[in-house]
Amino acid sequence: MQFYLEFEKPIVELEQKIRELREYSTDKVDFSGEIKKLEKKAEKLREEIFTNLTRWQRTQLARHINRPFTLDYIQMNFTEWFELHGDRNFRDDPAIVCGFARLDGEPCCVIGHQKGRDTKEKVYRNFGMPNPEGYRKALRVMQMADQFGLPIFTFVDTPGAFPGIGAEERGQAEAIARNLREMAAIKVPIIVTVTGEGGSGGALAIAVGNRVLMMEYSVYSVISPEGCAAILWSDGTKGPQAAEALKLTAQDIMALGNVIDEVIAEPTGGAHTDAKKAAENVKKVLKRHLAELKKLSPEELVEQRYQKFRAMTKVEEAQ
Amino acid sequence: MGWFKKSKAPITPVETKKVQMPEGIWTKCKNCNEIIYTKEIERNLNVCPKCDYHFRISARERIDLVLDTGSFIEMDAGMVSIDFLEFKDSKKYKDRIKAALKKGGGGDAVVCGEGTIDGLPVVVSVFDFGFMGGSMGSVVGEKITRAIEKGLEKRSPVLVFSSSGGARMQESILSLMQMAKTSAALAKLRAAGLPFISVLTDPTTGGVTASFAMLGDVNMAEPRALIGFAGPRVIEQTIRQKLPDGFQRSEYLLEHGMVDMIVRRQEMKQRLSQVLRIFTRK
Repeated sequence: MQFYLEFEKPIVELEQKIRELREYSTDKVDFSGEIKKLEKKAEKLREEIFTNLTRWQRTQLARHINRPFTLDYIQMNFTEWFELHGDRNFRDDPAIVCGFARLDGEPCCVIGHQKGRDTKEKVYRNFGMPNPEGYRKALRVMQMADQFGLPIFTFVDTPGAFPGIGAEERGQAEAIARNLREMAAIKVPIIVTVTGEGGSGGALAIAVGNRVLMMEYSVYSVISPEGCAAILWSDGTKGPQAAEALKLTAQDIMALGNVIDEVIAEPTGGAHTDAKKAAENVKKVLKRHLAELKKLSPEELVEQRYQKFRAMTKVEEAQ
Repeated sequence: MGWFKKSKAPITPVETKKVQMPEGIWTKCKNCNEIIYTKEIERNLNVCPKCDYHFRISARERIDLVLDTGSFIEMDAGMVSIDFLEFKDSKKYKDRIKAALKKGGGGDAVVCGEGTIDGLPVVVSVFDFGFMGGSMGSVVGEKITRAIEKGLEKRSPVLVFSSSGGARMQESILSLMQMAKTSAALAKLRAAGLPFISVLTDPTTGGVTASFAMLGDVNMAEPRALIGFAGPRVIEQTIRQKLPDGFQRSEYLLEHGMVDMIVRRQEMKQRLSQVLRIFTRK
């Protein structure tokens, strides 16, 4: 699907021009010199634009409709994937996908938020906003992975847990809270990757891991910039200011020291411009962290995860 | 000039003495709009004598209500928030902290410590909604985690009285992480076989509900307290319809199986004592 963000437009226009020149090239007319020059220019322009992105622009990139979603990463990085459905209580929530697969032959569990690309799929996936049954399904499958001793990979990409009447009725808060507590006790490695939007409690409910990684153009925050702006500025359109204040980019969070472990590089221009390359990067990093975690015993894994979150504190104490 | 000259002097208002009413003698109940003598409400544990509406109370008042007199020993009283992100909206976070500290209360939105209920040792954490809406940042998360760890160490039951708008936005991602930290500590408490009682009071929403507040072995709520994940305004904007009456109130949560019981303030101490004695086989 054709979709460009405002700041991507100059690059897209240049690329269009290069394409046209290629089409006009024949044996008699040679534009190769011209094309090379333009390609160089496009490359430079892309670098220029992408090294100076504001936090709001990065948020827009994290939400880019063409960004690889969980099922895309599963398809590119894993084999033998099969999906499991339902929380055994109420229904299946398509906003979270859960299942098992192999990562280079190694059996594992994969869980992630799933967004849709076209309108129909977006509605089907509820824009990646899970209901309580989605979190309960995720917990059921994670505990199954624990039972069979399989490592868990989760992919985080949600605007947040769904704020609806049904969600409240069925205990959205309880479902998230229970996941936080139960994930802390799981005895297999949990590796979390924030691929796009890490939206508040709805993201955290599948993100209590031994390792927490963020893609270069992903964001992670306690509230969406729009939501924050609506509350603190009383103006939902002040999202760009709120994004600056929240310091929600992968680089900002890495700078805090102990919240995330690594930022996974994306191709210049974002994961959506070269999904394959992005997926390769993810796979390499996931395998490295898994190899490290496999050295720990089940008890050590629980303790390492506990100490990791236990240390997330910034306070001042009077002596 | 002077065609319609007034023959009489204009009417001037008569100087009357206004009755001076000292502030705060009367309080209007937020629920039934009845105007009630403030002292009468206070005598009634800050519950409206006409309609049983439970007014919000400070952490100190609640501690006095629930713990044995003089038994409370505060922990981590000197812990204060820092503005590590240099967060600024209409006001700087730094100034918001200063202003909240000036208003009094605890060092932040929660007061923690040890005490006894009818002689039974417990560790309690009590929210102060007056301090930045009871919002949970690093300090709140750390104090509650330490309180849970204290329970583990002393093998005492742990109680939390929540009253909070949720996570503190000014601490961004780190405030979110307090949800994971406190819940992970509760996993340890659970594994150690120690009871955790969560008391939800008006209002408990957002990240506080979606972490320890919903994880009680027993969840108690005060009557008519607002309890939910998303705030009512956010839900209304999402679904574009008015919310039903009583939505997200204690009674609604009881009906939907999210809290175990509704306990009136007058009966809170007695009920806690009863439950804890059963769980600790005393």
